Formats: sequence, C-alpha cells, structure tokens
Amino acid sequence: MSDKNDKFKTQETILDHLPEHEKSRVEANEHSTTGHEWDGIKEFDKPIPRWWMWTYILSIVFAIGYMIAYPAIPLVNDYTKGLLNWSSRDAVEQQISEAKLAQSVYIDALNITALDDVAGNEELMIFAVEGGKSAYAVNCVQCHGSGAIGSKGYPNLNDDEWLWGGTLEEIYTTISHGIRFDEDEDSRYSEMPAFLTDEMLAKDEIAQVAHFVRSFTGLEHNAADAALGAVIFEDNCAGCHGDTGAGDKDQGAPNLADAVWLYGADQQTLVNTISTGRKGVMPAWAHRLDDTVLKQLTLFVHSRGGGL
Amino acid sequence: MTSPLPSDKVKYMANLIDNTKSKSTDTAPHPIAPDAKAVNGPLNRELFEAKKKLYPKRVAGNFRNFKWVSMLLLLGFYYIGPWIRWDRGPTSPNQAILVDFEHGRFYFFFIEIWPQELYYIAGLLIMSAFALFLVTASVGRAWCGYACPQTVWVDLFIAVEHFIEGGRNARIRLDRAPWSVRKLFLRLVKHSIWLLIALLTGGAWIFYFMDAPTLFSQLIHFEAATVAYGTIIFFVLTTYTFGGHLREQVCTYMCPWPRIQAVMMDVDSLVVTYHEQRGEPRMSVKKRQKAIAAGEAYGDCVDCNMCVVVCPMGIDIRDGIQLECITCGLCIDACNDVSDKLKQPRGLISYDTINNENIRQQNPTATHAQGIRWPWHNYRNYVYLGLFLLVGFIMVYSLNTRDRFAINALHDRNPLYVQLADGSIRNSFEIKLLNMQGKSRQFVIYTQGLENSSLTTSNSKPGETRLIVSIDPDRVKAFRAFVNVPKANLPNSRQTDFKIIAEEINGDETAVYEAKFHTPQKVK
Repeated sequence: MSDKNDKFKTQETILDHLPEHEKSRVEANEHSTTGHEWDGIKEFDKPIPRWWMWTYILSIVFAIGYMIAYPAIPLVNDYTKGLLNWSSRDAVEQQISEAKLAQSVYIDALNITALDDVAGNEELMIFAVEGGKSAYAVNCVQCHGSGAIGSKGYPNLNDDEWLWGGTLEEIYTTISHGIRFDEDEDSRYSEMPAFLTDEMLAKDEIAQVAHFVRSFTGLEHNAADAALGAVIFEDNCAGCHGDTGAGDKDQGAPNLADAVWLYGADQQTLVNTISTGRKGVMPAWAHRLDDTVLKQLTLFVHSRGGGL
Repeated sequence: MTSPLPSDKVKYMANLIDNTKSKSTDTAPHPIAPDAKAVNGPLNRELFEAKKKLYPKRVAGNFRNFKWVSMLLLLGFYYIGPWIRWDRGPTSPNQAILVDFEHGRFYFFFIEIWPQELYYIAGLLIMSAFALFLVTASVGRAWCGYACPQTVWVDLFIAVEHFIEGGRNARIRLDRAPWSVRKLFLRLVKHSIWLLIALLTGGAWIFYFMDAPTLFSQLIHFEAATVAYGTIIFFVLTTYTFGGHLREQVCTYMCPWPRIQAVMMDVDSLVVTYHEQRGEPRMSVKKRQKAIAAGEAYGDCVDCNMCVVVCPMGIDIRDGIQLECITCGLCIDACNDVSDKLKQPRGLISYDTINNENIRQQNPTATHAQGIRWPWHNYRNYVYLGLFLLVGFIMVYSLNTRDRFAINALHDRNPLYVQLADGSIRNSFEIKLLNMQGKSRQFVIYTQGLENSSLTTSNSKPGETRLIVSIDPDRVKAFRAFVNVPKANLPNSRQTDFKIIAEEINGDETAVYEAKFHTPQKVK
C-alpha cells in the first residue's frame, strides 16, 4: 500500500524513477540548464544541430532565388516581373483556354445533335444542362429569377403552362427571337387589346367579363354578371382565347381555364388586364448568344420541369 | 560546472559582459593562470552543433535477427504491394491496393471504399492508435525500434554502407583516410546504391495511387504526370537525406513521437535496461581479476563498450533511460554476446521495467512476492486491447453488412413547390443513386405516403407514375425528378413526410429516402 501512496506524492518527479547514477548525473547538472523549471522538470541548455542552421540559411537562399525568378517586389506603378516572366493572369488564361479545349468535344457534339436527341446522350445532356444553368444565371435571372419562378408579368418556367408552347423546339424559338421584340423580325407578336382605353367596352361590361373569366376555374364570382359577361366574351375574346377559354399557343393567347396566371386572377387585376391590355416583352437572344448557348439554355429551361 | 539557477543566470549574463571587457583590456596574462579554457563551458560552447557521425557496429543476435525479419517483411510488402493484382471485373481496377483519387475510390483486396465511407479509414486510424497505446504502454518504443520507416530505412542504408565500406573500424579508417581512387570509388558506389534505393522508394509510393504497370510504362517513356515525377524527386531527396545522412537526428530532433510516447509509458513499461546493481562497479577483465584476487567487490560489466559501439542512436545505455533510445535491442545482443564469451549469465542488459529495476536496487534477487511485476500487471493495457478489439469487431461487422446501394434526394429550395396548370403541386428533387457494386443494376423508384402522387422526370410520358432507372457498375447517377400531387389529394399541412423508395429489379436491395413534400399555405 505504501508503494501505491508514494505514486501520488505531490513532488514526485522522473528523478525518483531513475537509477542512482543517472539521478546523480542529472542532479549534478552535468549539462547546464536554461534555469527554467516546471514541476521539477528542467530544460537543458544544449546547442541546436548545425544542419538546422543550414536549413534556415538554405530557405533564405531559396527565398532570394524565388524573388529573382518570380514577381516579388511591389513598386509605385509596377512590380518586379522576375526572370521567368510568370504571371497569375497568364496562368488563368492558360487554364481557361485549356478548359475551352476540353469543352470543345462536347460543344462540337452539341452543335450537330438535334435538340430532341440530346437527352439520349446522358453525358452530353449533363454538359448542356449545366452550361445552360450558367448562361441562365448570367442572362435570364434578372426577369425570371434565380429559381426560374418569375414574378408578376414574368412567366414561371417551372410550371407546365406555356404561352407560346413548351416543346424544346418552341422554347428554342422563343429564346432565339423573343416575344414582341421589335428589333427581331422573326419575333412573335400577339396583342391583348386595351378594351377600355380603346373604347371597345364599357367599364361595367369589363367587370362582367372578368366575372365570367373567373368562373372558368371556379373562382368566386357573381353568377348574374358572369352570365352577361359570357355573351361579351363570345363576341370579343373567344376569337383568341377560344369558347372555353383554353387559349391558343399559336398566337400566344393564354389559357384562362387553368391555375396559372401571369398577372393574377383577382377581379381587379383582371379588370385592369382587360382595360389596358398586356404587352410583356421578351428579348431575342439569337443576336447576343451563339447557337450552342441557345441550345444549352433551351435544354436547361426544359429540364426545370415546365417542358412538355 | 555549477548549475546556472535563475539567480546564477544573471551572473552568467554579467560574466558575458565582463568577459568581453577583460578580453579587450587584458594585455598581460596572469602570471599563474594557465592558458586553458573549459571547451564545453557555457561561454565557449558552439551555438550550433555539427552532427557527430556514428559508426554502428554490426552485431549478431536475437534482436538483430528480429530486425532483419521485420525489415524484410515491411520493405517487401511496401515495394511489392502495388504490383499485387486482384480481379474485380472489367469495370474496376485490378490492383489489390489502390488509392484512386481520380475516381474517388479506395481499394484494399476485397474491400472497396467510397468517399462517403471514409469512416472506415478513420476506424483503421483509431485501431492503429489503440494498438500503438497498447504496444507503447507494455513494451515501450517497439514501434521506433522495429517498425518505423525511419528506423527500417536507416537500417537498410547502414547495411549497404557495411556491405560497401566494411565494418565499423573500416568505415572509421576510410573516413579519416585522404582521398584516393579507392575511397572515391567506394563512396560513388555507396551513394549510387543509396540513391537507387531512394528512387525505388519514391517509385513504389506513387504506384499506390495509380495502376502500377500503366504508370510504370508512362514513367519510363516520360509521359507520366508532373506530380508523379515531383513526388518521386521529393521521396528520393527525403529518403536519401533522412536514411543516409540525418539518421538518428530525425528521431531526436524532428520526430514528435518520442515525446508523445514518453507520456504513454509508465514505471511498468518495458524499456531496454542496464541492470546496474549487477553490472557495477564496472571494470575491465584485467582489473576484475585483480579485484577477485584482492577479495574486492566487482560487477558483471567489463566496460568493453560493445553496447556503445553497436548503438545506432549513439548513446550509452548504461546511463539509464534516455530520450534518444529507440529500444531496438542491439545493445542487448552485443552484451549477451560478450557475456557468452565470459561464460557469465546473459541479460546484463535486457528489456525490463523501471519498477523492477528500482526494486532490484534494494534486493537483486527479488521475485514476484517482493514486487517484481510485468506489463500485463497493468490494467490499462487490457482496456487498450479491449478497445482495439471492439473497434475492429465493429468495423468487420459493418463492412459485412453495409449497403452497396444508396439513394439521396436533395429538395429543390428555389422554388420549394410549383403549381401546375391543372392546379396540382409539384416538388422537384435532385436524386442521386449510388451503385457500389461491380455490375449494372436496374431500379424502380416510386413514392410512398402521398395519395395519388407520381414521380416523373422531364422525359416521362404522360400517365407514368414511377421511374425505371438503370445505373452503370460502380457509378453514381444523378438526375432531376418531380413529385406531383393532384389538387384533390393535396395534404392539409404545409409539410408532409413521405418516402422515396428505390427497389432493385431482379435483386433484393432497397433504399429509402425520407423526404418532405411542401405545399403553399393556401392552394388556390
């Protein structure tokens, strides 16, 4: 037991476990110490190895060589260029051109593949959608939003309602030539007339049509007004929107009988829409982006879930 | 020399100043004082000490043999390891041990580990740690003495040196001799072999990271990646410098391990011990004969210094336990050899514990009853052993029962949901399927827990409600999928738990992902 208690002596040091002659050597301090002492442990004051010093000197030599070979010292308007003439900008340019070269395989393949066939090539599809995602982030988010959910007047690209059609070919045409974009002669036009401003309908008639339009999807409406509105609708609206309000993709007439509304379906918004018309504009991108990017954008937008 | 205690330190500093003063003013030497200085006194000692070259003598014995065997096994495995083939089918590499960074796989014979299973490596490290604790606490620095790469390569380099330049005395003579054709030739051969070993060492290392035969062919045709050559050059330089030149300095000055190990050892750990009570007073054989004749006390140590000249760390084990000692046991071999010649019992130097040694100081014939005990007396060793086995068992068990297929579904956050023309609500998911087997597999994926729901992609045909997906062997497949719920079946809460289930066709593996379906607060 006494042996065990000895273990917990407060001032026990390694000295207690050393053989006698070793203990005396340390106690006699054959080596001088730094004079520091922690819990009985002293620190020898010994020379450090010479190779350490050489390593230190070699690092300095290396640093000098590095400063001569590489850009190092900032000057007032410039900096020392170094003998190797290396620059981080050149290195990045080099990396970009290498990346472009690596991409060219896919770009060439995408250029010769029809839109409908891309999905058959899994690798090419991933490249196209990822490229489209980047192009979307630069060119499209301003209006359609980063999640492609749009906002009032800017279509949500995740749903399955498409004013001008949601097939790959139709999306490609819309992106390339835009909608109501004057500078592109292939841009598609449709014009919702301003029934009040152009004095085609009276205020109360417009309210009645709005009630009728709300009745398509069972939204809250006045049945009597809606019945009157039905007649007006048939005379003025059915030409584009169809008798059942199903719309017509060929002329960009929205479907009024579904759950998706570009500007909103409340009575006041509908009255405003009918009164002053709507003329949202989508720019044509064929002049700004090359065909590969247009294809990538098409495939990306289609993959968001809205495509048909 | 006196010890410079804190107060002495001040005097010491003052001395420094005084000394420089006296040097400049001291024109006439003191008439009596001899012109001598304490070479190793604090004032004259070198600030940077040059490495003192060691010439370890070759010794024969059990520990030397053990070191030969351990070197043969360890180096043999290291150099041959990457060349062992292991058939894993046509789609996976056929190298038995391969760390494939390019494709994110680690192969070890029949085990294949994917990046998300890296905890197996962590488990291995934990096992290694416990093994090291166990070994250090019981048999001391056995790792340093027999298995550490530094020790093994230094041993190999010294063996080469011995083979080319001869034994200890021959090497000392050669070092002192002036340059000659013979010396130049021997040095050239020695350094060339060292560099060749270093080259093989670096070469073997990179083979663990790429298919060895392919990489070898690339290397010799100068077609391999720059990083491969860079790694080889790095290893050539470090192996040559550490093994040929720095040697014991690496252990003493660079390696943190001796310090850490010191903490894990206690009075019951085995260390190489000189049995002082048996050896002292040491004296030469001649003096011993005189002592016997005069009836004086004598020890078993004949002061032949064999233990000193064989030591690869350049210490005298008779000074007791020292930081430099890697417990390689070569001094035990040397001492036993001499003891045999003197026909006295072996074991003047042996593996023993500090506790036992202290007890023998009082009572040289002490036995178990008097407190002599061995490492297995120490209960923490059993804790280490138990933990080592426990972690090992858990690893083996989980390796045998782990899934070789997994599904992950990342919910689209922008938007959380979208309303379609018919009023139904859709949530989008980025689904990842991991096929961790070496064969192509097909899965049917569907949802569970949402009434009338369907799982589709942008390529699904109208009316389809589930997906059929095939995955290439050993690959991950990622795609975007939509979960649709008709307006009439929409749940009341904004978030509904449901499951995405992937079931193997013509197989038995199923993976389930628990997801949430989001709906707007009020569906119009």
